[in-house]
Amino acid sequence: MTAAPAKPARKSRFDMPAILAWGIVVLVVIGLFSPVFKPDISVMEVPRLAIAASILAIAGVRYELGFMRNWFGDLALGVITAIAATFLLGTIAHHAGEAGLGYWALVAATWASAWLFVERLASWKSATPLFNRLINLAIPALFGITILVLWQAVVTGFAIPKVLLPAPSEIWLRLTSSGSILWADFRQTFMKAVLFGYAAGCASGFLIAILVDRIPFLRRGLLPIGNLVSALPIVGVAPIMVMWFGFDWPSKAAVVIIMTFFPMLVNTVSGLAASDAMQRDLMRTYAAGYWQTLFKLRLPMAMPFIFNALKINSTLALIGAIVAEFFGTPIVGMGFRISTEVGRMNVDMVWAEIAVAALAGSVFYGVVALIERAVTFWHPSIRG
Amino acid sequence: MTTDTAISPPRNLSPFAGLMRGTAGPVILVVAVIFAIWYLAAVLLNTPFQEGIYERAGQTDVPISQLITDTLAQERPVLPAPHQVVEEIYKTTVLKKITSKRSLIFHTGITLSSTMLGFVIGTVLGILLAIGIVHSRVLDKSLMPWVISSQTIPILAIAPMIIVVLNAVGISGLLPKAMISTYLSFFPVTVGMVKGLRSPEIIHLDLMHTYSASRAQTFWKLRFPYAVPYLFTSMKIGIAASLVGAIVGELPTGAVAGLGARLLAGSYYGQTVQIWSALIMAALLAGSLVGIVGMIEKLTLKRMGMAR
Repeated sequence: MTAAPAKPARKSRFDMPAILAWGIVVLVVIGLFSPVFKPDISVMEVPRLAIAASILAIAGVRYELGFMRNWFGDLALGVITAIAATFLLGTIAHHAGEAGLGYWALVAATWASAWLFVERLASWKSATPLFNRLINLAIPALFGITILVLWQAVVTGFAIPKVLLPAPSEIWLRLTSSGSILWADFRQTFMKAVLFGYAAGCASGFLIAILVDRIPFLRRGLLPIGNLVSALPIVGVAPIMVMWFGFDWPSKAAVVIIMTFFPMLVNTVSGLAASDAMQRDLMRTYAAGYWQTLFKLRLPMAMPFIFNALKINSTLALIGAIVAEFFGTPIVGMGFRISTEVGRMNVDMVWAEIAVAALAGSVFYGVVALIERAVTFWHPSIRG
Repeated sequence: MTTDTAISPPRNLSPFAGLMRGTAGPVILVVAVIFAIWYLAAVLLNTPFQEGIYERAGQTDVPISQLITDTLAQERPVLPAPHQVVEEIYKTTVLKKITSKRSLIFHTGITLSSTMLGFVIGTVLGILLAIGIVHSRVLDKSLMPWVISSQTIPILAIAPMIIVVLNAVGISGLLPKAMISTYLSFFPVTVGMVKGLRSPEIIHLDLMHTYSASRAQTFWKLRFPYAVPYLFTSMKIGIAASLVGAIVGELPTGAVAGLGARLLAGSYYGQTVQIWSALIMAALLAGSLVGIVGMIEKLTLKRMGMAR
C-alpha cells in the first residue's frame, strides 16, 4: 500500500533530514546570541542550557558531516534530544513566563532534533517483524511525548494562566492526587452506563438485524431508515431519556442503547449480505438448513462488518453517556464532574477527567480491536 | 436465500405487488408502523398523568375516546404525539418572524452557520493532513495513529470546556462551536482522503513516473481525481458529525440560541414539545445537509465522468 515513491525525494535536493540538521545548528546559534530568559540572562549563565545547546549543536553538525550515520549515531541523537528536553523543562520551571527568544530557539532546536530522530527511526529496516512492530509503536509514542514536552514548555514559558490551559505536569498531579473521585466517576459512567448500554444496544441491533435479514420486506423497509437515522444527531434524545428514566445511570444507558443500535443494525445487515452466491450454493449442496448456513457461513463472513460497528460504537457509547450527564445526574459521573468543574474554573480537574475518558476510550477500542484480530484472523486485512 | 435469484416469477398479480417489491412501499409501511407505535406509546405514557387530572377534577368514569384525545393534547406530555410536534414546528417556523428569538428558523440558522464553518475548516484540515500523510513516511507513521486515537477521546465531553475557556479569553460567538465541529469532521475526511489518495494502482503511478511527472503533477492529475469519490463519502459523514458537534457545543453556552440551546431550555422547563420539535428540526437539517452533499457529489462525479 505504501505506493508513495520515496526514491525521487532522495535524488532531489529536498532532503528533510538534512534540512532538519541545518535547522538545529542555526537555531542553536540563534539561541547562543540572544537572551534565554527575560531580564537579559544568556545561555552561558545557565549551565544546564549551555550543555543542552552544545550537545544539540554537536548532534546537528555530526549528522551534516555524515559521521556515524548508523544505528549508534541515531540512538545517540535520541539520548541527546531527551537530555536537552529535560534540561529545557527543568530550567523553565524556575523562570515561568520569562522565556526569551534564545529559549524558544533552543526549544525549536530540540523539536527539530526529535523530528530528525523520528526520521532516522522511520528509515530503519529490519528483517524481524517484532522489531518493525516495536519501531511502529515507538514512532507515534515519540510524537506524543514531543507534543507533551512542547505543551509543557509553551505553557510555562508564556506563563499561560491555569484556567486557560494547565500544563501536563499539573494535570498529572491532579490525576494522581484525586484518584478516588476519578474512580467513582469512572465507575458511575463507564462501568454502569456505558458497558450496560453498549452491550444491550449492540445485542439488540444484532438480533434485529438477523430478523430483518430473515424477512426481505423488512430489509427493504428498515434499512433506508436505519441509514438515515445513523446520520442524525441522536445525542439530542438525551434530555428526553433523562426525563423518562430519571437522573441515575439507566437514562444514560438508554441514550447509549439508542446511539449504538443503528450502526450495529446497518452493519450487521450489510455483513450478512457479504457472502456470495457461490458460497451459499455450496452450503445448499451440503443440504445445510437456514440456521446452519447462518452460523457456519454468513455470520463468520459478517464478522468484519460487525466488528466495524463494535468499534464505532465503543467511542459513541462513551460520548453518549458523558453528554447525557450534562442534562442531569446524581452528584457523580464524568460528565457531571466536567460540567461542574468547568463552572468552578478547576480546569486541571477537567483535563484529568478527559485524560481518564481518553484512556478508557482507547483501551475499550483497543480491546475490541484485539478481539477482532482473534476472531477474523482469516480476513485479508489482518493476514496482511 | 433463494429469494434473490435473478428470475423470480411473479407470484400474485395484485396492483400492490409491484409497489411492495421496490423500496418505496416497504419504507412507507415501516414509517406508518413507526407512527402508529408512536401514537400508541404517547397514549400509554401520558395516561397516568391524565388519570391524575381526572381524579383531581372528580371525574370518575371517562370514556376511553375522551381519554385518548386528552392524552394527545396535553401541554407538557411525557411523549408528545406527532401532530403536536408538527404543530409546534409550524407555529415556530411559519408563524414567527425569522428574526424573533422564538422562531425555530432563527435557532436553526445559528446552528447551521457554526456547522458549516466547522465543516469547511475540518474538511480543509483533513485534506491537508491527508496530503501530508500520503507524501511523508514519517508523518504517516507518527501522525496517523494519533489521528485515529484522537477519535477515541470523547471530544464532546470537552466541548463545554473549550467554549467556556475561549469565552473567558474573549473569543466568543461562532468560532468555539465551530472548533468542535472541526474536530469531529476532520477525522472522516483525513481517513477517507488517505485511502483515496493511495487508491491509484502502482501501474498508474509508474505510468506517471515514465512521463517524468513531478510529485505535484502526479498529485493533481492522478491522485486527487482518484480521491474525489472518497472525499465525498467522507464529507457526508463529516457534515453529519459536525452538526452533532455544533448542537453539543451549544449546550453549555447558557442556553442563548441554537438548536442545542432549545434542547437544554426545553429540558430545564419540561417543555417536551419544544425538545421534540428541536430534535425533528435537527434531523431534517442533518438529512438535507447530507442530501445536498450527495447531490454535489453526483454532479461532480458526472462532470468528471466517474458516475456509476
